[in-house]
Amino acid sequence: MTPVLQVQGLSVAFEHPLGLVRAVDNVSFALAPGERFGLAGESGSGKSTMALAILRMIRPPGRIDGGEVQLDGKRISHLDEDGMRVLRLAGIALVPQGSMNSLNPVIRIGRQIEDAYIDHGLKFSRAETDSRVGELLQTVGLPAEVARMYPHELSGGMKQRACIAIAICLRPKVIIADEPTSALDVVVQRQVMETLGRVQQELGAAVILVGHDMGLMAQFVDRLGIMYAGRLVEVAPIARMITNARHPYTRALIDALPSLEHRGALKGIPGLAPLLRDLPQGCAFHPRCALATDRCRSERPEVRTMGEGESIACHLA
Amino acid sequence: MTAFLQLRNVRKTYGGGMLEHSANVALETLSLTLDTAKPQITAVVGESGSGKTTLARLMLGLTDATEGQVLYQGEDITRLNAAGRRQFRRDVQAIFQDPYGVYNPFYRVDHVLTVPARNFAIASTRAEAQQKIADALRAVGLRPEEILGRYPHQLSGGQRQRIMVARALLLRPKLIVADEPVSMVDASLRATILASLRNLTDEFGISLLYITHDLATAYQVSDNILVMYRANVVEAGAVEPIVQRPQHPYTQLLIGSIPRVSTERTSSKGEASPRATVNDATATGCRFADRCPAVMAVCRREAPELHRSEDRRAIACHLQDTSPTLPAGDLSAVLT
Repeated sequence: MTPVLQVQGLSVAFEHPLGLVRAVDNVSFALAPGERFGLAGESGSGKSTMALAILRMIRPPGRIDGGEVQLDGKRISHLDEDGMRVLRLAGIALVPQGSMNSLNPVIRIGRQIEDAYIDHGLKFSRAETDSRVGELLQTVGLPAEVARMYPHELSGGMKQRACIAIAICLRPKVIIADEPTSALDVVVQRQVMETLGRVQQELGAAVILVGHDMGLMAQFVDRLGIMYAGRLVEVAPIARMITNARHPYTRALIDALPSLEHRGALKGIPGLAPLLRDLPQGCAFHPRCALATDRCRSERPEVRTMGEGESIACHLA
Repeated sequence: MTAFLQLRNVRKTYGGGMLEHSANVALETLSLTLDTAKPQITAVVGESGSGKTTLARLMLGLTDATEGQVLYQGEDITRLNAAGRRQFRRDVQAIFQDPYGVYNPFYRVDHVLTVPARNFAIASTRAEAQQKIADALRAVGLRPEEILGRYPHQLSGGQRQRIMVARALLLRPKLIVADEPVSMVDASLRATILASLRNLTDEFGISLLYITHDLATAYQVSDNILVMYRANVVEAGAVEPIVQRPQHPYTQLLIGSIPRVSTERTSSKGEASPRATVNDATATGCRFADRCPAVMAVCRREAPELHRSEDRRAIACHLQDTSPTLPAGDLSAVLT
């Protein structure tokens, strides 16, 4: 099947007084239509930066310094700014981190959804706009009356649903959701994720879910990519990842999640994520890896493909 | 024997003055005793607006109760004299939610450690104070040489949160009230910080009130748990039976909603969404009634009392009306 989104060798660099910092380093992956792909890693691993880079939303001092992105087989990395602006939301929609707090507090929800239509040059009659907005709100599980409300009248979960409504209003092919539920309690989190999953299926859109909660990933995505120090170190179907992760870092991330089944010693990952401007020799994870060998300390593992949609960058796997 | 810290029928409401229709309840009447003779971790779990931070602020004396009293070694904390207040400030330490907001960006991070060290005269010489600060940092897994002399912006959120833990430890308090101490860090570091908190209890005999919305970490570190919903304690007692066999429908919903790292997927059974959290004092019945799958007519009429369904479990639910009521509503009976 032709992938709906293909990312090939994408790199993002930031200018820093002490030299160039590579936040995303030569990342490649492909997304099948309707697929749910997760991107997980610790803070600073480059997962949010990569989400922004796909949409070419990196601002100076950062810049994309390599690679290309294809949507539906068409290269989008060479579009001019106007072309890219048309594509955002209509082709690839982003639900940014903390988006529920980025709704304009003095504009009604309906009007904020309408903005998307106006910006993309779609003109509807008053009655048609209202019915489209009402339908959209119902799709994400909100009553149509929410259109006339202001953000402060909504709970966190309702605001997050309103943001999903904006993201899907132009029926994008890919939805990128960056930690869409990080400020919500678990009950509401599950409801919002179910809503996102349902609308994604109705649209047939692919989803990239960015986050660090492995539980959420296990419950939502089909395939998971693990990022460490700007690189995609392991990609695998979620079930295989949970039962038999190949990369020691993936295993550490899974083990760090507190269990509800049995009480025991909490297992954090020892040490801290490396500084991107001062990466260790060899594998970037080796100072924290219990299994590191001499080869890991000297030679950087390359990304190897391990069959359909799977890859790994570890000498031990 | 006088208890270390006792909440006696404490209730907190906001508003409800002459011109307002009714008050908003932040914390419904609650009685609880914390004894420090046997160091324990007590977790307070609930969603935003459940009253858990209000409970913390009352215990720290940062806000005054509308009804009832908070007693520190038998004395009302609003009536402590200067010496008593000073002792209280030393014995009860806080770790606040936001590791960014607690630092003054113009001072080096040493400031949050040296000021309390001087104020409470923990050491007789400067060198001894420095030594104690270094020890406290090491106890939370930080290397003093990497931390001291830095400005807050040079450290990560996890490092800053651990410095606050070190600060609490430095004064050797009897009780630490930690309000979401790991909310701002990644899952991997969360485990490391919580392990250092557990260590404070086991090794230094410091009791801890751990306030969180994360039931899984509460289960991992604590001995006792209070589950709160809209200003009320709905279930309380020993952590193991409550997490493994929750009895209150809200606790069941909460535990069922936690995303598990498992190849098996769970889904909600179309439970009702929560409404905006306003707790009108004139409202009647159980606060959870509008979302409860087991709701009965009585639930909408009368607020449930706390019942003791097991030796180490209190529950506020009409489904448990056959169990004896908890004497004076004092939760301490079911906590160890």
